[in-house]
Amino acid sequence: MRYKRSESSVLKNKKQCSSSLRRRIYNENIVGYVFIAPFIIGFLVFTVYPLLSSLYLSFTKFSGLGTPEWIGLLNYKRMFFLDPRYIKSLKVTFVYVFIYVPLRLTFALIVAMLFKAGGRIIAAYRTMFYLPSVIGGSVAVAVVWRQLWGYDGVINRFLISIGLMEEQFSFIGSKETALMTIIILAIWQFGSPMLVFIAGLKDIPMSLYEAATVDGANGWKKFWKITMPCLTPIIFFNLVNQLISGFMAFTQAFIITRGGPNDATMLYVVYLYEKSFTTFQMGYGSAMAWVLIVIVSILTAILFSTQNKWVYYGNE
Amino acid sequence: MNYTTKKIIKKIIFHVFILAICMLMIYPILYMFFGSFKTQQDIFQNPTSLFPEKWHFKNYVNGWKGFGGTTFSTFFKNSIFITIIAVFGQVASSAVIAYGFARCRFKGKTIWFSIMIITMLMPQQVLIIPQYIMFNSFGWVNTWLPLIMPGFFGYPFFIFLVYQFIRRLPEELDESAYIDGCSKYTIFFRIVLPLIKPALITSMIFATYWKWDDFFGPMIYLTDIKKYTISVALKMFTDPAAQSDWGAAYAMACLSLAPVVIIFFTFQKYLVEGISTTGLKG
Repeated sequence: MRYKRSESSVLKNKKQCSSSLRRRIYNENIVGYVFIAPFIIGFLVFTVYPLLSSLYLSFTKFSGLGTPEWIGLLNYKRMFFLDPRYIKSLKVTFVYVFIYVPLRLTFALIVAMLFKAGGRIIAAYRTMFYLPSVIGGSVAVAVVWRQLWGYDGVINRFLISIGLMEEQFSFIGSKETALMTIIILAIWQFGSPMLVFIAGLKDIPMSLYEAATVDGANGWKKFWKITMPCLTPIIFFNLVNQLISGFMAFTQAFIITRGGPNDATMLYVVYLYEKSFTTFQMGYGSAMAWVLIVIVSILTAILFSTQNKWVYYGNE
Repeated sequence: MNYTTKKIIKKIIFHVFILAICMLMIYPILYMFFGSFKTQQDIFQNPTSLFPEKWHFKNYVNGWKGFGGTTFSTFFKNSIFITIIAVFGQVASSAVIAYGFARCRFKGKTIWFSIMIITMLMPQQVLIIPQYIMFNSFGWVNTWLPLIMPGFFGYPFFIFLVYQFIRRLPEELDESAYIDGCSKYTIFFRIVLPLIKPALITSMIFATYWKWDDFFGPMIYLTDIKKYTISVALKMFTDPAAQSDWGAAYAMACLSLAPVVIIFFTFQKYLVEGISTTGLKG
């Protein structure tokens, strides 16, 4: 620090102007802001501005062209009282999220328990289980999924050949089963929470298990009294993450069923897209976007508020 | 039966069981791969058999022809270009920002950091309408700019990933360089940047996946088929208007996944590490 200051005082006489500029650039406060400047600019331009302007648009009727026409709370009223399709899409989304998130995490945890030990073969298994997560979100997989569960699909023919089903049936084309195929696709991608769990399991000190063995605890007891409490921070992290991405799901439902049949798979974002970009009701779409923000924020807030009841942070 | 044979049998049962589940897990992927070598007739007549009756390579030729005179070489070129530029922008800017958060002391840092975390959790799709209107007013609709530019202003997930990584580097490194007269900027470029390579590689892999697979953005912003990325092009196979040639769809789907799968197998180690560092307390 002292060295810096004396250097700049030497420079002072010669180039006072540039030296004060220099000092400013190297001032710690400013240095910090220089580094995070891209984030601040991006945040203002790509997040704050769109957020506020969509709030404004949500009170208007707007087709994307011309000037938005102020209609007050009409969009919100329409959503909850006049648009049964919206209510349906809300229901579908909740069913989707509340089925796939717990199942995906449960599978992830079970498989992580099996695979926590090292070894080459286990590592190869891990890779196989993780692969679907890597490619599962792509259009390519959605295209295949459509065929697998379709009228002429493998699943169909397989169930018939083992005698579980009598005639051909399109899982995707029927409103009772369409959502299930999309939920299964989502559960199939349990690889990334699995890796997070494996990392967490490795962090649990062996001494805890050893002590429990000495005290005569069996495997089941060890799982509930040691493994689960130690994993709660990771479960929490995964829950928040998966919940949010669940509400954002779009590509799969859009490609596989396009929201149909009879809106049975009309996930929130698919409906939002349809309203905003195929019928160009951008005011209504903005209102839907805001309700989604509120829903996700409330759910996240609920999760965070229950945190100190069940999440156990070791050293605190 | 003695103890060791029992153990071996147990092990065998475990592996058989896991292998069966493994097969189930990757069955759809294998199905797509082998399906890409089946004739249309083969696909419909023997859907339950995994392997093609006769290996048939024509699907790749037919699929590559694309739609309305635009071939898959255009789509691939577009996707590659967008992915490279966008990934570079996301990772480079995120590294700079992460350094600011991890190693500089400045007023308001906690506030900005929490804002960053909130943006990381914020559902991006809810911003799509106003962003679309904004990009439209810039004249950016039907260009690649909306897909590329936002990345140059940092990507919260990668900022967080690199941040966690920098925090684990010993601070003495920075301090000794500082005493030697290095500024924060020099420290970043000369000392920190080379050390955070693993975190940058991890970020790059994730960024590549996400950009390559991105469907929502390209679908909304691109209207001219010549500018389409692979994901939007693949979707055209499912359009009701298109005569559905499943073999060709599988063939192109396989090709579209090839880069992702190759990167996955090459850089697996970094991926696993990346997931463990961001997923945890740090």
